[in-house]
Amino acid sequence: MSAASGELYLPHEAEIVERIQESPSLITLRLRFTDPAVQARYQFEPGQFNMLYLYGVGEVAISIVSDPRDAQIVDHTIRIVGRVTQGMARLRTGDRIGLRGPYGRGWPMQAAERHDVVVVTGGLGCAPVVSVINYIAQRRERFGHLNIVQGVKHSDDFIWRERFDQWRELPDTTVLLAADQGSALWPWHIGRVTDLFDHLVFDPQQAMVMMCGPEGMMHVVIKHMQEAGIAPSHLWLSMERNMQCALGHCGHCQYGSRFVCKDGPVFCYEQVASLFDVKGF
Amino acid sequence: MNQDVGFLAHNELQSLLDVLQGAGYRCIGPMVRDGAIVFDELSSVTALPQGIRDRQRPGEYRLTETDSPRYFAWANGPQALKPLVFAPQESLWSCERDAQGTMRFTITQPDHRPTAVLGVRACDLAALYIHDQHFLQQAYPDPYYLARRQQMLLVAVNCTHPADTCFCASTGDGPQARYGYDLVLTEQDDGFVLEAHSDLGKQQMQALPLQPVTQHQLQQVEADMQQSARVQQRRLPSRNLNQALFANLHHPRWAEVAERCLSCGNCTSVCPTCFCHTSTETPAISGELSIHQREWDSCFTPGHSYIHGLTLRADTAKRYRQWLTHKLGSWHDQYGRSGCVGCGRCVTWCPVGIDITEEAAAICGQPAEQGAST
Repeated sequence: MSAASGELYLPHEAEIVERIQESPSLITLRLRFTDPAVQARYQFEPGQFNMLYLYGVGEVAISIVSDPRDAQIVDHTIRIVGRVTQGMARLRTGDRIGLRGPYGRGWPMQAAERHDVVVVTGGLGCAPVVSVINYIAQRRERFGHLNIVQGVKHSDDFIWRERFDQWRELPDTTVLLAADQGSALWPWHIGRVTDLFDHLVFDPQQAMVMMCGPEGMMHVVIKHMQEAGIAPSHLWLSMERNMQCALGHCGHCQYGSRFVCKDGPVFCYEQVASLFDVKGF
Repeated sequence: MNQDVGFLAHNELQSLLDVLQGAGYRCIGPMVRDGAIVFDELSSVTALPQGIRDRQRPGEYRLTETDSPRYFAWANGPQALKPLVFAPQESLWSCERDAQGTMRFTITQPDHRPTAVLGVRACDLAALYIHDQHFLQQAYPDPYYLARRQQMLLVAVNCTHPADTCFCASTGDGPQARYGYDLVLTEQDDGFVLEAHSDLGKQQMQALPLQPVTQHQLQQVEADMQQSARVQQRRLPSRNLNQALFANLHHPRWAEVAERCLSCGNCTSVCPTCFCHTSTETPAISGELSIHQREWDSCFTPGHSYIHGLTLRADTAKRYRQWLTHKLGSWHDQYGRSGCVGCGRCVTWCPVGIDITEEAAAICGQPAEQGAST
């Protein structure tokens, strides 16, 4: 995307190649630009997002969950919660939407090479780090031990069981799951994700932690990881804010002196430590 | 005669408009409408607010007529240059959709008529410079802003009548225009000392019926500017409050100001540097066309901080803190200076008269000093 282009704000038409109902409130749309030339030059990094446009309703910022190597189809997992996403939930395979992007700065995948990686997620889905796990899975030999830790409030909130089972089969990988409230069919830990940290496999001198989820949860994870000896420069997190223009102009995603849309959404904890978990920013 | 300076008699002011119009510019200037001085298209100097004075206090703005021959004997109205470059509402693109659901996106070409603005104050030039940084000098230059900005010719007016709510002397942005303009006028009772500050400005000057400027007139300009700074009673406690504000995020004053603040967003509308805007969609009733627009927004609205079911700043204290810590604090990290140019509009146009200088002083633990600085 050219910085000086007058097309910064302009979406391109994309077709829904496949629609997957992940859970009652979560769908994945697999998209391909209808213009092959646009598709051919489209590139992204794990952790970046696109602005998806629903005709007549508006745009919404959605993380990309697919792998950059497979740029022919771009996947977005969408939580059905607002006006635009409720409309998108009604779309079917073959329908068209608008897409502009990619935007933002993604995860430090190159810096993480040869390091142990700890991926911590909380809540539903956590699409921003699914791209990290997929990225490492497809390049497994380049990374150290992979830890995947997912916490949910209630075991019923847990989705993607098959996907976690597949990840569990990856070499040199630890998958840990926790639910604050469990049920008879929940074979994993009942309690907080941080209860599981003793079971993680990593060298604190060089491990990289990548996390997303509620900020309160990330705050607790950061505290534990720092106590485990991981430096603030090795803690990475994905922020969520109201993003409308995605170009650092509209001001909605302002976070202190940063715009989450263009300076993030992925930040090193060092960059945001002073404001992190201060309510209202 | 020095080509860059001359004296334009009051009865020759129309020639300035004629020259600018003759050069192809749409002229914008101040005029009285609905009890306020606003900027709009101007073809005759008879529309200018000659003899009008403004009285501004926290929460109060009133115009009065006087016998003064001066056209610019007032401080500022609710608008700055902001609406002329960053439109209150504009279309960015449109989407046509046919019966098969195929979509076609088209960019809206921005209006970029050459525009000359008469009567720009130093505070508003400073604000324009800040907006240039935000909209043009970052990773993604904004094409809509750029199209209008490139076509502007600015005729500044040195401010000889600051309002009670002005504090540009303490922010270092006024009352004298020092950069960013093509021509500048300093008004005296019989006319204007006119100076050019750009090649474009010099070109326009050549066609004007100017008299040689006298030493006395130049000395008067200097004296007027000093007086204009001296009479300003309000001031910010410091030009860099970044550290002080963020060290006081839990100060009780945030809750206290929130008791008075209506969260109406007036301060952000009249602020010449506030840039927040929101996206809106206007679908045609035919179902075949939808227009994607942007319009000014304010960090005082609940929707501003909404994310998927959660409003991050659900109460006024958090919104006022967001505004002030950005405007006077983190703006320094973003753009190398404060986001406040001392125009005082937020003080005047706040319905309950909240004074940014008073709040900044209270929160940063410094008394709001009286008297002029610099």
